[in-house]
Amino acid sequence: MSDAIEVKSVTRVFGGNGKGPAKALDDVSLSVKEGELFGLLGPNGAGKTTLIKILATLLLPSSGQVKVLGYDVEKEVDKIRPRINMVSGGDVGGYGLLTVRENLWMFSQFYGIPTKEANERIDHLLKLFALDDKSNAKVRTISTGQKQKMNVIRGFVTEPDVIYLDEPTLGLDVNASFAIRTYLRKWVKEQKGKTMLLTTHYMVEADELCDRVAIIDKGKILACDTPINLKRMLRRSSTFDVETTIFPEIESMGRLAGVEGFQVKQLGDKVVTRYVVEQESVIADVISAIQSKGGKLTSLSKTEPTLEDVFIHLVGRGLE
Amino acid sequence: MIDWRLQCRAIYGRAYPRAIGALREPSWMFFDIFLPLLSISAFIFYYRALGAPAVYEGFVVIGGAMTAFWLSVMWGMATQFYWEKETGNLELYMMAPMSKMSILAGMALGGMFLTSVRAISTIVLGVIIFQVQMQLTSPLLLVFAFIITLIALYGMGMLFSSLYMFWGRGAWHLSNLMQEPIYLVSGFYFPVKQLGFYVAMAASIIPITLGLDSMRQILFGAGANGLLPVVEEIAILCVVAVVFIIAAWYSLRHMEYLGKKEGRLVLRSQ
Repeated sequence: MSDAIEVKSVTRVFGGNGKGPAKALDDVSLSVKEGELFGLLGPNGAGKTTLIKILATLLLPSSGQVKVLGYDVEKEVDKIRPRINMVSGGDVGGYGLLTVRENLWMFSQFYGIPTKEANERIDHLLKLFALDDKSNAKVRTISTGQKQKMNVIRGFVTEPDVIYLDEPTLGLDVNASFAIRTYLRKWVKEQKGKTMLLTTHYMVEADELCDRVAIIDKGKILACDTPINLKRMLRRSSTFDVETTIFPEIESMGRLAGVEGFQVKQLGDKVVTRYVVEQESVIADVISAIQSKGGKLTSLSKTEPTLEDVFIHLVGRGLE
Repeated sequence: MIDWRLQCRAIYGRAYPRAIGALREPSWMFFDIFLPLLSISAFIFYYRALGAPAVYEGFVVIGGAMTAFWLSVMWGMATQFYWEKETGNLELYMMAPMSKMSILAGMALGGMFLTSVRAISTIVLGVIIFQVQMQLTSPLLLVFAFIITLIALYGMGMLFSSLYMFWGRGAWHLSNLMQEPIYLVSGFYFPVKQLGFYVAMAASIIPITLGLDSMRQILFGAGANGLLPVVEEIAILCVVAVVFIIAAWYSLRHMEYLGKKEGRLVLRSQ
């Protein structure tokens, strides 16, 4: 199977807004095979969107080479653009005065799809996303979730060979996110040879959907493999969720000997801390340290490693 | 090779929201017909108070109607890509396979249609209310002068649009700055020849200057006090239209390249 996307030693530098040049991508290399659902996982500002904009022919790399479907993104944009599309979470696109159907039809015209064919595809997708009852509603009158469903339909109505989804479920409720994820999974399974690159900072989404995942932080790819293999990286480590009362200097716990990763979440007057530790015995030192700082242990559980744990292990902190 | 079917679909697609979408806002009748009528009325009463020839009232009605096109070019064309960038549409346009000139052409055609409906409403109401007398000698020539004026004017809008895509908010302020001065130098409410031949010729870089002057000559005859003979004015407008459209094409390509290089296509709120 050939590569749909090839990224070789790509660096992208922005002006930096008076603070000196800012490196959004730093010597990034990766490849995505045809028919693959590839995830790019990283926190805000990691460089995910910059990479997608380069792949979407909207931004030039400062150095390095990028090919999509075998064509160079700098020199052969005309061969790439008819075969790609992009959906960004948060950006809906289109015009509020037009109806959902009119907006989708308008974007289909930019790809030269005959009106009859475009309408058939739009009808089919509106039904799949349970949005058919809103097809004649003006976009400004529908909910955020419905707008994002329309946005996703816009990306697929042109039947691209490669689609980029940049945080497609950002800010959506559970039902809307579920509907979108269900469709994405179905699309890659049913449409042979179609490729999807998904950026997200929802670990579960990446774990559930992606064939392979690259973890990116501060413009660098830290790891790239299947979710299963990434989680195997932590086989020698152990992950514990420790619930305690709030105690001082909680952040210093991440610096204890043997603690490889550390993430804190405050829940009311309690704190749930996830520790990725080298050996199970380290957790005893952690508990002693908590007690010496005045914290009171309320629960302790060992968990199976997740992509989030892999991220914590690689980056040293959580996404949030 | 150019895929003309794709380009035509893209032009139609982009013209659609302009032509149909905006007519869904009934408030346009107040802002685009009633308000221009007020400024027309002010000039007409001013001319009447001064005892100016009746033909000046006709100048004002035509000039007042043409302000809608100038505003459409400044705010509906030139600054449009700035707004499209802020709403996320520009990225989708740039990523799509059609020529970006088709997007500009669609915006222009939709804008022309919508603004023509508004301008004609203003003329009809102005003529009825103020009893403007016209001596239309050649309707065909009038239609041709009107169409070539619009092509040249929207060609200029396409050029500005590509420039504004790169300059962002700074260029938006330029549009503000260009609004009233053009009313003056293009002679929206008086024969442009009054400014002196050389000033009027310099102002002719704005297509609406010669467009207005030629249409007034066709509608009001010798009383229009024209700058150049109508045929010469139309010939210049044809040249200007071609120059603006070609310049817009080059500018758009160059600005797209710069935008991709400097990241301005994807960075917002500049």
